[in-house]
Amino acid sequence: MLKTLLKQVKEYKLASFLTPLFMVLEVICEMIIPILMAKIVDDGIGFNNPNGGSMGVIFRVGAMMIVIALLGLFAGLGGAYYGSQASTGFAKNLRKAMFDNIQTFSFANIDKFSTSGLVTRLTTDVTNIQNAYMMTLRMAMRAPASLIIAMVAAFTISPRLASIYLVAVLFLSVLMVIIMNTATKYFKQVFEKYDKLNESVQENVSAIRVVKAYVREEYENDKFKKAALNIYHMFVKAEKNLVMISPVMSGTVYICILLVSWFGAHMIVSNELTTGGLMSLLTYCMTILMNLMMLGMIFVMLTMAQASGKRIAEVIEEKATITNKDGAVKEVKDGSISFEHVDFAYNTTSEEPVLKDINLDIKSGETIGIIGGTGSAKSSLVNLISRLYDVTGGSIKVGGVDVRDYDMETLRDQVSVVLQKNVLFSGTILDNLRWGDKNATEEECKRACRMACADEFIERMPDGYNTEIEQGGTNVSGGQRQRLCIARALLKKPKILILDDSTSAVDTATDAKIRKAFAEEIPRTTKLIIAQRISSVQNCDRIIVMDDGCVNGFGTHEELLKTNEIYREVYESQTGASGDADFDQAG
Amino acid sequence: MAEEKQVKPGPGRPRQGMPRPKVENPGKLFARIMGYVFKFYPVHMIIIVLCIFVTVFSSVQGTLFTKTLIDGYIKPMLDSGSNDYSELLKAMARVAIFYGTGVLAAFIQSYTMIFINQGTLKRLREDLFEHMESLPIKYFDTHAHGDIMSIYTNDIDTLRQMISQSIPQMLNSAITIVSVLASMLVLSIPLTIVTLVMVAVMLFCSAKATKASGKNFVAQQKNIGALNGYIEEMMTGQKVVKVFNHESEAVVKFDELNEELYKSAFKANAYSGALGPINAQLGNTSYVICAIVGGAIALSGNVTFGLSVGALASFLTFNKNFSMPINQVSMQFNSIIMALAGAERIFKLLDEQPETDEGYVMLVDSEEKNGEIVEADHHTGHWAWKHYHKASDTTTYQPMEGDVTFNGVDFGYTDEKMVLHDIVLHALPGQKIAFVGSTGAGKTTITNLINRFYDIQDGKIRYDNINVNKIKKADLRRSLGIVLQDTHLFTGTVMENIRYGKLNATDEEVKAAAKLANAHSFIKRLPDGYNTMLTGDGANLSQGQRQLLAIARAAIADPPVLILDEATSSIDTRTEKIVQDGMDKLMKGRTTFVIAHRLSTVRNSDCIIVLEQGRIIEQGTHDELIAKGQKYYQLYTGMKSETA
Repeated sequence: MLKTLLKQVKEYKLASFLTPLFMVLEVICEMIIPILMAKIVDDGIGFNNPNGGSMGVIFRVGAMMIVIALLGLFAGLGGAYYGSQASTGFAKNLRKAMFDNIQTFSFANIDKFSTSGLVTRLTTDVTNIQNAYMMTLRMAMRAPASLIIAMVAAFTISPRLASIYLVAVLFLSVLMVIIMNTATKYFKQVFEKYDKLNESVQENVSAIRVVKAYVREEYENDKFKKAALNIYHMFVKAEKNLVMISPVMSGTVYICILLVSWFGAHMIVSNELTTGGLMSLLTYCMTILMNLMMLGMIFVMLTMAQASGKRIAEVIEEKATITNKDGAVKEVKDGSISFEHVDFAYNTTSEEPVLKDINLDIKSGETIGIIGGTGSAKSSLVNLISRLYDVTGGSIKVGGVDVRDYDMETLRDQVSVVLQKNVLFSGTILDNLRWGDKNATEEECKRACRMACADEFIERMPDGYNTEIEQGGTNVSGGQRQRLCIARALLKKPKILILDDSTSAVDTATDAKIRKAFAEEIPRTTKLIIAQRISSVQNCDRIIVMDDGCVNGFGTHEELLKTNEIYREVYESQTGASGDADFDQAG
Repeated sequence: MAEEKQVKPGPGRPRQGMPRPKVENPGKLFARIMGYVFKFYPVHMIIIVLCIFVTVFSSVQGTLFTKTLIDGYIKPMLDSGSNDYSELLKAMARVAIFYGTGVLAAFIQSYTMIFINQGTLKRLREDLFEHMESLPIKYFDTHAHGDIMSIYTNDIDTLRQMISQSIPQMLNSAITIVSVLASMLVLSIPLTIVTLVMVAVMLFCSAKATKASGKNFVAQQKNIGALNGYIEEMMTGQKVVKVFNHESEAVVKFDELNEELYKSAFKANAYSGALGPINAQLGNTSYVICAIVGGAIALSGNVTFGLSVGALASFLTFNKNFSMPINQVSMQFNSIIMALAGAERIFKLLDEQPETDEGYVMLVDSEEKNGEIVEADHHTGHWAWKHYHKASDTTTYQPMEGDVTFNGVDFGYTDEKMVLHDIVLHALPGQKIAFVGSTGAGKTTITNLINRFYDIQDGKIRYDNINVNKIKKADLRRSLGIVLQDTHLFTGTVMENIRYGKLNATDEEVKAAAKLANAHSFIKRLPDGYNTMLTGDGANLSQGQRQLLAIARAAIADPPVLILDEATSSIDTRTEKIVQDGMDKLMKGRTTFVIAHRLSTVRNSDCIIVLEQGRIIEQGTHDELIAKGQKYYQLYTGMKSETA
């Protein structure tokens, strides 16, 4: 994981290298300063000097201190500059590496990660890593460095007194590791419960109408109170683990001060130590223990960032399941499709395949309707044609060539799918249409919209074809969005056009009009139409009836009415009431 | 120090140099939070404040001890050459007691803080939830659910940090500043002035750097927003990107936004990172200046500003200890302001006006005794409206039948824009009334008026001839069963979800209701049958199965009036038949309002109401409306008229 991530440092290696160097320089400056301070007190003010103080020394040492302070400032600023550059640059590269790899993902890869999961990885997780990286570069060197330098300095002043610190450091480290370990365990549990509590709030917010309709406010309150009390107890228990840290820490500092003072006094009297030396030692006491705490914090932070790092590495390391073959075919001859003993499962480990032994022969230019209940694998069937997923058994041929032998871009340009869950992107209507063909003229776009019956409502919009679509296409109605998506797919001028329940929000009359336009304007394109409404498919050349992953019937409307029970059942339940009351106002 | 180790990073953890959010009336808000804390934990709070005083006092004593040690003991001993450590030992024992008290105080403070902090948050959560449950539907219509959730998570988290860390630390720093300042003044007034001047310089520089970094943080925030928006859009549409071979275009735009973010994030972090070193080195400079000035005074033996060498040594230590808390105060101040922005949102929710209920007519179990309806103390299967008449101080009982009338009802979600105009309808007990019309015609709105999710602007709605405004909301809603288009299920077992309709239902009653709704057969096949856990709004069930559970839930409540709002719209035709059968059984003998997507399901209604743009345009039975040959006829036959 670490290797995958660190590979992305790339051009920020220099900055990543300079930052800790600057930080060490800063630490060195910081360490020298107490020594100079001691010198000012000892020699300058003349605390321990029988000849009394000397302003000359104060000025000289003071000047040195200012120089060191300036050097420290330079080092600090350098560290801030390069640390920031390295960490934000690293974050940039991580985002790019993930985004680039996601673009190579197949549908199966995309299904594996949820949309929100990917968004979190690209945003929050990267921020966590950015912060952790900055912390590591700036602090991970600084804290141990200052700890060690302070320790060494303390030992040079007086090895005997400094050993007190060594004992304190060991004592605190062991104690902290123990406390941290138990606390982390507790907190993990608490936060899991805490997430659950928030989930139940979420549930209440979205189901508020149900709560109110059943007058269950009191019931929900009681439920929530119980959960909140539980959380309270767990938090209290978890935090009690941390309570000892602060007193133990300050207690250790105090004991060190007392011990060093006591023995230091003896040593001064017996001339083994100077007063300034004692003062420096007392300063180092704080430095050493503060940095020990800092190390503990870095440790906690890195543990936390670990989870984020893992999630990011997963995306970067994910291998696309569908890739181009060498010497892939770059031309699709015609729009014929044939399924030969096709089996398909989304998950290779699942026992029950989604599609079982599908055999179909569709001629170029045919219009095929597909009908079947939810979960009968209609979408799965058509998604295999443009190789959005790979079959697990058998083969599919488009224009007489196995889809796996095509160059993917070629195949997908010729097999245009209007997905069931379709989206428009922010930008003008024209921008969106041109997803189908970058170089389409406005005239071509308009023609596609006429065929998809989208021209009327577009022209009624204040800015016509230049109307801005909001993110997610929220400013057009469901039926309008579907028609725009159809127009977008038409602009590809494909040999095969697949509509996956793409007119469900369009009223029946308009639906019929669109189908009529297809028949007249693109007669040579093979058309596959998945629909819920019998009226949408009954005029197709042939109709496929799907049931539980199998082809239950394949034939014309009349044939199926006679021979296919499912088809007849659906037909009867819809006849006489083929109209939907709930359509967009026609237009 | 312990509090700094929260395992989970607060999302709103303030960084140095971040711009402050704008908060109206921060003082008042702060007082309100403190009021909240003090109200329930007055003793705890007093203990905390005392502990902080003791802690600061003992740490100042520790600093002073250096001076006492050198001036009072070591120097005299050096001068006299004596070897008597007994005085020093006594002094150290005294200091040890101070230290011990300090450590004890620190412990008590952390320990007490847990209870204050978690207790306050628990209370706040409960209050938030309880209040939220009491809010009218309108609140949920007008507030994004994500925003409401973020109050419970982010805002509560920042508040937790503020209560447990920022406030105690700020108090600690403030007391330290005051006591250190006092000690410095005692030691030397001129040196104190020098120190204060340097502190002013430090604050000035901090303010400058904060301003520069704040500007870049704002830019960074904007770029994060843009990039995240793009990421979200692309991830949502990733499959479309693939279908259209649009990958390389997506990358180009991403790179652009990514680079922009990098630039601003780099600058913002560099500036904020610079704050620390600048302050630290200014602190060192302050030290040197004090040493020079102090040295000059001490060596000159000036009587006016008399300064012993030991005192100078102590002063220099104070000088070092003075700049740190000042920097901390400014940082903590930032984080408090940040938490206040969250607190503002919390209190805004708490200040929302709850749903009002001025109704007084109640729904009670009833039985007939001697030809008169009286209240029963057990479930009888019969309901009556209990109507108390204030004027005559009498109570009358009227059987609950399920007769609903609308008389000239006008309604709008806001007063400016009416969505329903002059709605007149009459549903007799046991009738099935269907609403049809296009999206936005106002079908759902009408049903939401019956159970008073919303209040009407004009006209009257009567329920068994009682104005619905006079009926207690809880009783009104209990008498109406609703199945919505979006079924919402709760985390829990299938059994618990059905029982939601009647909390004291036995397992047998639950099963009976499931059978009535045609849900029993699929429930039996679930891995744990009725005890199967549902999570994430019943994500492990199909849409049709969830719908059947929602119907069972309504069935067990056994309400006299039913509202079915597009209960089958997202189910395919074959599954719909099963659901429809379940619903038909449920509807028997009850007044039912149906909003339907497929007209075939409403053919047998007693009255079909065709709505268009908030007005009733046609009303009658299926045959009547077909004979009329207008809008309904067009909808039904699928023929689009040119005038529609």
